[in-house]
Amino acid sequence: MVSLEEIKKSLLTCIWFMFLTFPIMVIRVNTVQKVIEWRWINMLLVGVAGFILSFFWRNLFREKGKTGTEKQSPAKTDNISIFQKIREDRKRFLPVVALFGCFMIAFPLVFSLYQTNIMTTALIYVMLGLGLNIVVGLAGLLDLGYVAFYAVGAYSYALLNHHFGIGFWTALPLSGLLSALFGILLGYPVLRLRGDYLAIVTLGFGEIIRLILENWNEFSFGPSGIANIPRPGFFGMEMSLKGHTIYLYYLMILLVLFTIFVVNRLQNSRIGRAWIALREDEIACQAMGIDKARTKLTAFALGATWAGMGGVVFAAKTTFINPASFTIWESIIILCIVVLGGMGSIIGVISGAMILILLPEYLRAFSEYRMLIFGIVLVVMMIFRPGGIIPDIRRVYKYKGKETRMI
Amino acid sequence: MKNESKRLMIAVIVGMLLCLFVSGPGLAADTIKLGVAGAHSGDLASYGIPSIRAAKLVVDEINAKGGVLGKQVEVLTEDDVCKPEVATNTATKLISKKVDVVLGHICSGATKAAMGIYKDSKIVVMSPSATNPDLTQSGDYPNFYRTIASDDAQAKLDVDFALDVLKLKKIAVIHDKGDYGKGFAEFAKKFLEESGKAEVVLFEGVTPGAVDYSAVVQKIKQNDAEAVIFGGYHPEASKIVTQMRKKRMKTIFISDDGVKDDTFIKVAGKYAEGVYASGPKDTSKNPLNIKAVKAHKDKYGEAHGAFYENAYTATIALLNAIEKAGSTDYDAISKALKTEWVETPIGKIRFDDRGDAIGAGFSVYQVQDGKYVELK
Amino acid sequence: MDWEYFLELFLGGLTRGSIYALIALGYTMVYGIIELINFAHGEIYMIGAFTALIVATVLSMLGLNQVAILICAAVAAVVYSCAYGFTVEKLAYKPLRKAPRLSALISAIGMSMFLQNYVLLAQTSDFLPFPSLIPDFEFWEPYAHIISSQELVILITTFVVMILLTILIKFTRIGKAMRATAQDKVMAALVGIDVNQVISVTFIVGSATAAIGGVLIASHIGQINFYIGFIAGIKAFVAAVLGGIGSIPGAVLGSLVLGWTESFFTGYISSDYEDVFAFMFLVFILIFRPAGILGRSDTQKV
Repeated sequence: MVSLEEIKKSLLTCIWFMFLTFPIMVIRVNTVQKVIEWRWINMLLVGVAGFILSFFWRNLFREKGKTGTEKQSPAKTDNISIFQKIREDRKRFLPVVALFGCFMIAFPLVFSLYQTNIMTTALIYVMLGLGLNIVVGLAGLLDLGYVAFYAVGAYSYALLNHHFGIGFWTALPLSGLLSALFGILLGYPVLRLRGDYLAIVTLGFGEIIRLILENWNEFSFGPSGIANIPRPGFFGMEMSLKGHTIYLYYLMILLVLFTIFVVNRLQNSRIGRAWIALREDEIACQAMGIDKARTKLTAFALGATWAGMGGVVFAAKTTFINPASFTIWESIIILCIVVLGGMGSIIGVISGAMILILLPEYLRAFSEYRMLIFGIVLVVMMIFRPGGIIPDIRRVYKYKGKETRMI
Repeated sequence: MKNESKRLMIAVIVGMLLCLFVSGPGLAADTIKLGVAGAHSGDLASYGIPSIRAAKLVVDEINAKGGVLGKQVEVLTEDDVCKPEVATNTATKLISKKVDVVLGHICSGATKAAMGIYKDSKIVVMSPSATNPDLTQSGDYPNFYRTIASDDAQAKLDVDFALDVLKLKKIAVIHDKGDYGKGFAEFAKKFLEESGKAEVVLFEGVTPGAVDYSAVVQKIKQNDAEAVIFGGYHPEASKIVTQMRKKRMKTIFISDDGVKDDTFIKVAGKYAEGVYASGPKDTSKNPLNIKAVKAHKDKYGEAHGAFYENAYTATIALLNAIEKAGSTDYDAISKALKTEWVETPIGKIRFDDRGDAIGAGFSVYQVQDGKYVELK
Repeated sequence: MDWEYFLELFLGGLTRGSIYALIALGYTMVYGIIELINFAHGEIYMIGAFTALIVATVLSMLGLNQVAILICAAVAAVVYSCAYGFTVEKLAYKPLRKAPRLSALISAIGMSMFLQNYVLLAQTSDFLPFPSLIPDFEFWEPYAHIISSQELVILITTFVVMILLTILIKFTRIGKAMRATAQDKVMAALVGIDVNQVISVTFIVGSATAAIGGVLIASHIGQINFYIGFIAGIKAFVAAVLGGIGSIPGAVLGSLVLGWTESFFTGYISSDYEDVFAFMFLVFILIFRPAGILGRSDTQKV
């Protein structure tokens, strides 16, 4: 099975990587103390690892090429085919959803406080992912500054509470509304921009919001942030930390269900179809009489609303916020959730959020290597499943048969 | 077909259970659990890693001597990358693992976010590096202690030095827009204005990590500032100082603990000469300090990083309090921390009612011949 | 109006702009060819700087003279950056050429995270002092308080690199192939251009400019750590977009405009909001010229 050619190829890869990693991995200089450390053992490790991994790498590609579909390993395909089959058939779809629902409901009762806590975080990101999915997945507008709306939501709750004592339940819709307003504010000037120009302007917008929060002390308390944000109340009941955590968990489950419901309805509505049409072809879309400006603005506004509400829950959960939580990395992570999960697909986004948010937590066992592994996972996932874990189901409805390529 | 969906469910459940076991509580042996939380990865890791090392070194030594109250001490480290949202997860994780006391967190923001959780669970937390004044002064965090002076205490010292010793009249206050730097700068500005002896000619933030600060440096020159009081860390400070000196400006540079780091001198080289920085009192003659520094050098083969001594002190103080209290009970530990003096690398200390260390003083240093020299 | 102050701010902005330009050139070239925001480009720049630091330190302990060290370090940085750029393209981007564009973007983000943490783990999280490889020139000393020798070298290098790149793209065979590939990959392949090779060359050239930037900037600032690439990368990317992404003079012009904007805003108003202003300026420019200052806004084909 392993031919001489293969070994030669792997040997070359191995030598290449040994050369590549030589200065960084082998030599460690400390210019403060003027010492050089030579770590030849690392070179050996890189060589051996490179040799073995290059076999796997080529093998994976062969498999990917052979089947014509993207797949990583037999186990993985198995899973996916199940998912697809389940989704196609309502009879099987419902029980699976019910079972999953039971699991989610029983979750905080079975698992520890920590597990519940990180699951709540993951649920917040599910909500953010679904919101961004409207903008990126459905309307096809690449938004790298989504975190701005998240920040707007979190800060409006924190500030409204600080100055006017407004509670969680009032702040939730209010912050959603405020974020939507910001969404329109951002959307308006960038209507003309396309693709990556839009991406960079939204990135700039995200940074502008963060920098203003950081610099304008009188307004936002600057980089030291706002502490003692109350957790959500439940008819004035006194709750322990455990009670609060579990309560917040169920609250998030309800909010996510609500989000799924709304996004699902939106997808199949008139405006949802307009978004998808806009994503596919802007000019044809306008020719068909769709109001481009209004459609885009609704996408921004609706996407922002969820971010705003997510922000409120976030502020209530951590009880402390500062601008450092709203960096561009956060936007990137949310974008990764959408793309990795599968653009435009609700189940995809949910699984994307679960993986990307829970993975770093479970990777804690690897301590300092966790972000390294996280990076590799992103690259490998994209290479072997470029459409995301669970690609958009909508493709099924496409006009099949006499497909001609438009030029 | 039914089979397949069942298999999926089983897979999901087994997966989740596995996760639970992996991250669930460790073996419930009878040990005292010391949680160490802070930035152990990411761009601020260099401020968090020394605290893990300090905790491990102290614990190893104490364990070798038979532990605390006859029990071995176990170190549980958790990373919060200095982000508030991660810090709450870190805190709940440590609580799920039933820690007795916590050393951490490193950044003030992350500490504030995590404190809410520790407070409800009645766990004593001691930070080696969180300097935000609110942590002790607001009274919101009765279970918080620290082995480092707060921003306002440092700012007061620097301002007094600038006004009384150097007799400066025109001062520019610059900060790095960060939690620590800006907090420090705000206090410095406030104290300067209250004193009425000097004028704040410029109050500005620079963007950390920017490639060059020449515009700000020009502005300092333009405003005829005699001195700069800088709040922030050494990477920015060395860039500003270097650029000022290259522009032939002799403006005095006064800064904080974040700059009182040997790396600053190494990076800024000859331009570092004459720079003032406040920092904990020189305790390098203290035998415990010598021992702590040597232990690090022996084990890790390199000089210790930032906040190492503070973390070393905090670990000793926490474990000593447990020993003196005779149990890991919250009230007993709090009482012991506030009443029992303990010998540490930064001197003999105990804690006041708000949680600040008494006995750990601050003084101003100046770079002379490539070394920080304490000014009496 | 204080003209000296104005001049100083102008020169400060010029230096800052040139620094951005050295990184932005690589961004713009890669984007021009495969329309990918190469997030890992900043990391290539960081690796170039690290390689230079390592080589320089090792050589200075062997006792070489400064010019030899500078040349060796720069060559090593360029070689290794090119090697990394080439490998990153082959591993993380090439398999995704036919995939949705956002997938390639996520792959680039993953690569950026990987490279950052790779250097963090293999080297250190601390800031390391970077030796000033460029000496203070004797003849320039009288003017050094206005603009230092290092800044002068950066300015000249940026200019030379820009000219060389323009010549490469306008007049050489590979340059023509690059332009053809940028316009239409399928057609380029049909007329006998090895598209894969062209893309590899683009990555190598882009990485080489980043490495030159890495050595010069690190030497100017005097310190590096594993995170410098990310911050500088974002700014350089903004600059490239401002000038019109895909265009070489555009990247340089955009960088200079960004540098001046920041410098003057800091000088005359406040550095607190310099980035806010820089981004607002970007939005403002893009509203009126949606394809950047020098970018061609090509009409959309139906």
